[in-house]
This record gives sequence, structure tokens and C-alpha cells, in this order.
Amino acid sequence: MTKVLELNGITKRFGTLTANDDVTLTLEDGEILALLGENGAGKTTLMNILFGHYAADKGSVRVFGKELPPGLPRAAIEVGVGMVHQHFTLAGNLTVLENVMLGSEPLTRTRSARGEARKKLLQISERFGLPVNPEAKVRTLSVGERQRVEILKALYRDARILILDEPTAVLARPEAMRLFETLRDMTKEGLSLIFISHKLHEVMAASDRVAVLRGGRIVAERKTPETTPEELAELMVGRKVERPVRQDHEIGAPVLIAKDVSVEEDGDLRLDDVSFAVHAGEILGIVGVSGNGQSSFGALLSGLAHPSAGQLTLLNEDISHLGPRGMIHAGAGRVPEDRHAEGVVGELSLWENAVLERLRTPEFSHRGFVRQRAARDYTAGLIERFDIRGASPDTRTRLLSGGNMQKLILGRVLTNGPRFVLANQPTRGLDEGAIASVHAELLAARAEGAAILLISEELEEAVALSDRIQAIVKGRLSESISADEADPQRLGLMMAGVWKENDDAA
Amino acid sequence: MMRLERRSHVPLHLAIIAPLAAIFAALLLAAGLIAAADVNPLTAYGEMVNGTFGSRLSIAEMLTRATPLIFTGLAAAVAFRARLWNIGGEGQFFVGALITAWIGHSLGVPGWIGIPILMLAGMAAGAALLAGPAFLRLRFGVDEVVTTLLLNFIVILFVGLMIEGPLRDPLAFGWPSSVPVNGDYRLPDLIPRTRLHIGLLVAIAAASAVWLILARTVFGTETRAAGLNASAAAFAGIALPQTIMGVALLSGALAGLAGSVEVMGVTAGVTTTMSPGFGYAGIVVAMLAALHPAGVVAAAVFVATVFVGADAMSRATGVPSFIADVIVALCLLTMIVALLFTTYRVRR
Repeated sequence: MTKVLELNGITKRFGTLTANDDVTLTLEDGEILALLGENGAGKTTLMNILFGHYAADKGSVRVFGKELPPGLPRAAIEVGVGMVHQHFTLAGNLTVLENVMLGSEPLTRTRSARGEARKKLLQISERFGLPVNPEAKVRTLSVGERQRVEILKALYRDARILILDEPTAVLARPEAMRLFETLRDMTKEGLSLIFISHKLHEVMAASDRVAVLRGGRIVAERKTPETTPEELAELMVGRKVERPVRQDHEIGAPVLIAKDVSVEEDGDLRLDDVSFAVHAGEILGIVGVSGNGQSSFGALLSGLAHPSAGQLTLLNEDISHLGPRGMIHAGAGRVPEDRHAEGVVGELSLWENAVLERLRTPEFSHRGFVRQRAARDYTAGLIERFDIRGASPDTRTRLLSGGNMQKLILGRVLTNGPRFVLANQPTRGLDEGAIASVHAELLAARAEGAAILLISEELEEAVALSDRIQAIVKGRLSESISADEADPQRLGLMMAGVWKENDDAA
Repeated sequence: MMRLERRSHVPLHLAIIAPLAAIFAALLLAAGLIAAADVNPLTAYGEMVNGTFGSRLSIAEMLTRATPLIFTGLAAAVAFRARLWNIGGEGQFFVGALITAWIGHSLGVPGWIGIPILMLAGMAAGAALLAGPAFLRLRFGVDEVVTTLLLNFIVILFVGLMIEGPLRDPLAFGWPSSVPVNGDYRLPDLIPRTRLHIGLLVAIAAASAVWLILARTVFGTETRAAGLNASAAAFAGIALPQTIMGVALLSGALAGLAGSVEVMGVTAGVTTTMSPGFGYAGIVVAMLAALHPAGVVAAAVFVATVFVGADAMSRATGVPSFIADVIVALCLLTMIVALLFTTYRVRR
């Protein structure tokens, strides 16, 4: 085996933060190397240095034995390094072919060589098993297909080393598995791959070798068959992390009841005649492939969407037409799907975000004026109680890490003593340590008798936390099964729309 | 390769240096134009400073000009904070002025009660003028930049119509002016034998009030939240339409008050030339102030200095006084660039 890529003693500092500390790493020909680490461990910085987006303070990058000049992405592309970013960099209003060609033709050329380009694209597409329609507009493609275009874009520029930054972040489980099969096949065609991830099961399933990054340093390298998820988790976090386990206990009376609820958005039926109940002390898990109505579900239970038919009751009060404030007043707590877009206002301080939902209650305002001291004291309490690190009440909220931001949101929800909690993708994008603490908080709220509705795309999470599970498929809810009955096969069938009494099951 | 990196927070010294650097850059650019007119820019700027700060009278004149700019600057700052792009300060200024002259001409109550009534009338007129575009944006998604900007021209033409017609001052010897406000409603002088009136104190009080509203009240906090992240604000239960409408009413009222105070304090009657672009310059004032109410007062003084100083400079050197508009406009551009550097840092 020959080394196609060598990183030697890479060090990169941002101000006082050392993002990469003397990192040395090699990639062998035809190998899939997983770069594993928590958020903020320095994975993305390292790959940006390799690709030339950043210049390292110290150290060198050698590709096929040749040293790369620092800070020049074009040089990296020319020697055959391709990068697939976590957030796609495609133009939706252009076709697949146009996106692939974009940037690879000189500006001075008057006629673009569409015909040749198309031929080359189809060749690559066939050789690597990445089927696409070159004339399709990117806007019309699914996320999985868009990612394929991103990969093709890199291959079109003759990449022989491919770097994928969190490639599965936007994919549902089956799509992710398909991606890994494709990647495996691609190595047979002479490609070498690095993929960045913080998901253990992916690393175990897809890589030949794992390098674990923590605090900017490589703390371990393992051959994948010779390690275990437990060992990797411990290496990644630096200590033993165990997700808390759900204890059996008495389930109480129904708290939130949806009866024949339908939700329409822009004339489309997003939730179709849905009925369910969440009981005190119970976690009801809603699983499903993304885009099957989860966001409408979230909007309905947050007070942002209202039933076009049917009724939603919370503790026997009709909440069908209440807005967010009314829902909170009625005893609901809501953890939004996207913490940056909906959960917090990044430019406001922690204390302003902590009280934003209850700004108009007497606790935090008096005659139209904000009771700043009360709000700050309350926030200081949240920071202490929910272990929000590296922040004071006056810190700008966007400076928090994802995990700490989620703790802030959970804190403001749970300290209000909610009878019902909507937890919409509560651990998306969080690292292992933060996931464990979010799970612990949800289970603690359950133990205190809150009725919790968990919407999750992570099956492990849904199975571990939920007492009962229902699948959402095309806006309809499956029958509910208890967590004990929830084996992967059964869940897979449910998520595909196959369950008892589903007349239009395929 | 240069790249921009977001700063974790903007240090205070940068927040203060940014507008100063922007002003310096604008003056530097304008110096090129002054030099092109065959005048030494240093001489020209010297005349400008001298013309503004050289005498008690000129300082008073500068503060007189700063007064409406504080109001229109506040109007822009309040609106921009909530991402309501009110470009219609000029129109709101004129409706405030017109209604003040119209009612103030025939109102029959004593001054101490009449003046507040006229101020409220001006505010109501300005607020009403912005309520329309705000409603259209909330209801139909009509871009308020377009509607508020175009309303300016409609309002100024309307003012022209009124002062040539129903509100024409018969004693103005054909000079197109509206009827003047009753003498009882002229604002008392702040410094005797100058044009400076107590409107300046009202403006400073308005700046304090706006600061208090934005920083301390529920409405102000909700406004900031809605401006910075509308979907998070909506998720938290903040009623966006009401908040935006509230901001529109406040912003329009401030610009309308500018016109009202200018009529009662300076011009008595309305003419179509009474504003050298107070509404538009208010946008520059708000930007130079980084939308902060205290900064608005300082920025208004600067812009007023340019306006007043440019006349003196023009008299002494022959450079057209339009250079004032150029400098103010350049300040807007350089300030936007300066804001980029306070929010981001440049890295290699």
C-alpha cells in the first residue's frame, strides 16, 4: 500500500483557540479513513487546511508525494483532492450538468463545451455507480441525489482523494447506508476517501481505519475491525459516556389528545386524520423518514399551525387554535426542530432568550418594562442547573455550542413545569456527551410525570427513550407499538407504511 | 486568500472607531472632488469647520439643523432594527409639517396646550403615512422599500398642490408657501437672537425615550428579537404583525414629529424646499449611529455640521455646496463598509 496523502504536524490556532495541535495523519491508497470526533474537536478545520481553505500555522500537506502550497484550494483540486461539504454548494436553478461544469471552465472561453462535458459526466456516473440525469434541475432533486451531484462534481475534476464532511448529516438511514455502499465501490475504482463523522455506527459500518480527534489532537488510530463502538465513544469523549436508561414506571392519565386532526399548509394536506394520545409520565416516539409530515407535526404542537379538521386537547382544554403563548400558558413546553432557526435569537443574550417565551408574564415584566434582574437571576439558575458551560446570562447566545444551546432551550422549557413537552429532534447534530445529558433531562421530566412527545429520525434514540412508538408516513400515523416490540425490522416496515389497518399500504 | 471571519463580539473601541473611520474615508473621497474644483481640500474643510464652529450664531444654526435630523435618524434606527426598511422619512416629515401648519393656523387654544396637540398631530400624520406600506407588507408582502420611497414623491407633490391651492398663504406675495402656524405655537428660542429653538431638547428627550423603549421594555425586546430572527421570535410567541406595525407607527411618528417641530420652530409655514433631505439624511444618521439612539444624536450633529459648513465653504472657496450631499451620501457607503469590518475580521 502506498501513502496518497500525508499531513505532517499540522497546527492551527484561531486567536487563543488551538483548533489543530500537531496533527499527523496519513491516507493509504484505496482506503476509507474515518475521522471521528465530537463537534469542535477540529475535524472540519483539519480538512479545510488539507483542501487549502485555511493555511496552517505549522506543518505540511503532501499529496502523492508532492507538498501542497498552503491556502490555495485550486492547488489541492489540481493534484486530485475533492471535497464534499456538509452544506451543499449547488445552484438550484441550474441543471446537474451545469452545476458540475461550474467553475471548471475558464471564464474567457466563449462557447462552453456542453457536449464533451455531458459525455464525461455520464462516463464518470457509470464508472462509479452514481446515476444522475444531467438535464434535471438541481432544485427538483432529493437531498440524496443532490449529494450524489456534489460527489460527481469532485470526480469530474478528476479527484482521486475525496473528503466528505459529515456526509450523512442530511440523509435518512437507508440513504446513508446506500451512500456507504457506493463509497465502498468507489475505492475499487482507485479512489481514496476520508469521511468526517461523529456517528459511531457509521464509522463502524463504513470505514477501514479510524482516526479519533479530540481537542485538536489525534488521540488514537484504530483499524475498524479491531475496535468497538464503546471504545471509540470513550476515545472520542475522553471519558466513559453512557446514555441514561429508561426505567419502567406507572403511566398516568392522557394529557394531550389529538382526535382526527388534519393540517393543511398552502392547500396541501400535511397531516391526514391523525389521532394519538400522550399520557402523564410517558414518552411517545414519532419516527419516520424525514419529510413525511414531521415539520407540520412540530408546527401543530408548537402552536404555529392549526388543525383544519379535528381537535387537539391538553388537560381537557381545547388548544386547537391557541398560538405559542396560549400553548405555553395551557401547560405545553416546546423544543423546536432547529435550534438556530427557531430556538434562539443568536444575537440576543442568554437571558433574553431564556425569558423570550414568557416576556409578558408578571414574572419577567411589569407594566411593559422587562424585569431584567429577575430574568438574569432566572438565567443564572438555568446555567447552574442545566450545566450550560462557558456562559453568563449576558453572553451572546450564538456563541454557545450546539449542546449548550440545546440545554438552554430545554432549561427554559422544563423549569416552567410543563405538563406536556414536545421534543422535536432534540439531539440532532449534538455530540455524544450532550446527547446523554439531553436524554437524562427528558427522562427526568418523564419521571416527574410530564407527557412527552419525541419526534426523532434517530431510531436508537426513539427506541431507547420511548414507551411507545408510532411511525409517520405521508402525513399519517401508524398504529402504536410498545418499545419492547420495536425491533428494527418492525420499525422499518412501519416507516415504509406497512402496518395493520393501513388500507393503502403498498 | 483573504477571508472574512465573524467576530465573537464587537469590542467597544471598534464600535466607536468604525463611524469615525467611515467619516474620515468619506472626507478623503470627497477631497478628490474638491481638488478637482481647483481648491485645496484642506482649505475647504478648514472653511467648513470654521463656518460651523466659528461663531455662536453658526453653532446655533448647526444645532437647528441637527434637530430634525435627530428625529428622522431615530425614525430610521427604530425601523431598521426591526428590519422594516422605512425609506419614507422624507414623506413622513412633510405630512407632519403640513398638518401642523394647517391645524396650527386656525387652532384657538393657548400655546402651552396647542404645541403638544400640534406635535401629536404631526406624529399621527407620519405614523398614518407609514402604516399603509407596513400593512401592505404584512398583508400582501409588498416591498416597503419601494412603497415608502415612492410615497415621498407623492407626498411632496401633494404638499405642492396644497400650498398652491387650499393652504396657500395669501400674504406670501406669490411665494409658494402654506399658511403659517399661529404665533402662539412658535417654539420658544433656546438661545436668544438665533434660530435655535427648544425643539432640540424635545429631540434629545425623544432619543432618550427611544433608548428606554428599545432597551428596557417588552415591546423593545420583542422588536429586536423579531428583527434579528423572525422565525425564532414567532416560535417564542411574539406576534410579528403587531410588532412590525408597532414599529411602523413609532418610526412614522418620529419622522412626522420632525416636520412638526421644524414648522413650529423654524419655518412657520410649509414650503416644498424646507427640507434639504432631512428624511434621507436620517438614514445616514441612523447608519452612522449603528442604529443606537445615543449615537443618533452625535451622528445628527456631524451631518448638520456638513450641511451648515458646506454653505460657508461654498461662499469662501466657490466649491458648490452640493458637496455636502456628496459627503453625506459617501458616509453611508463608507459606514456600510466599516460595519462589515466591525462584524467580521479579515484573515489570511
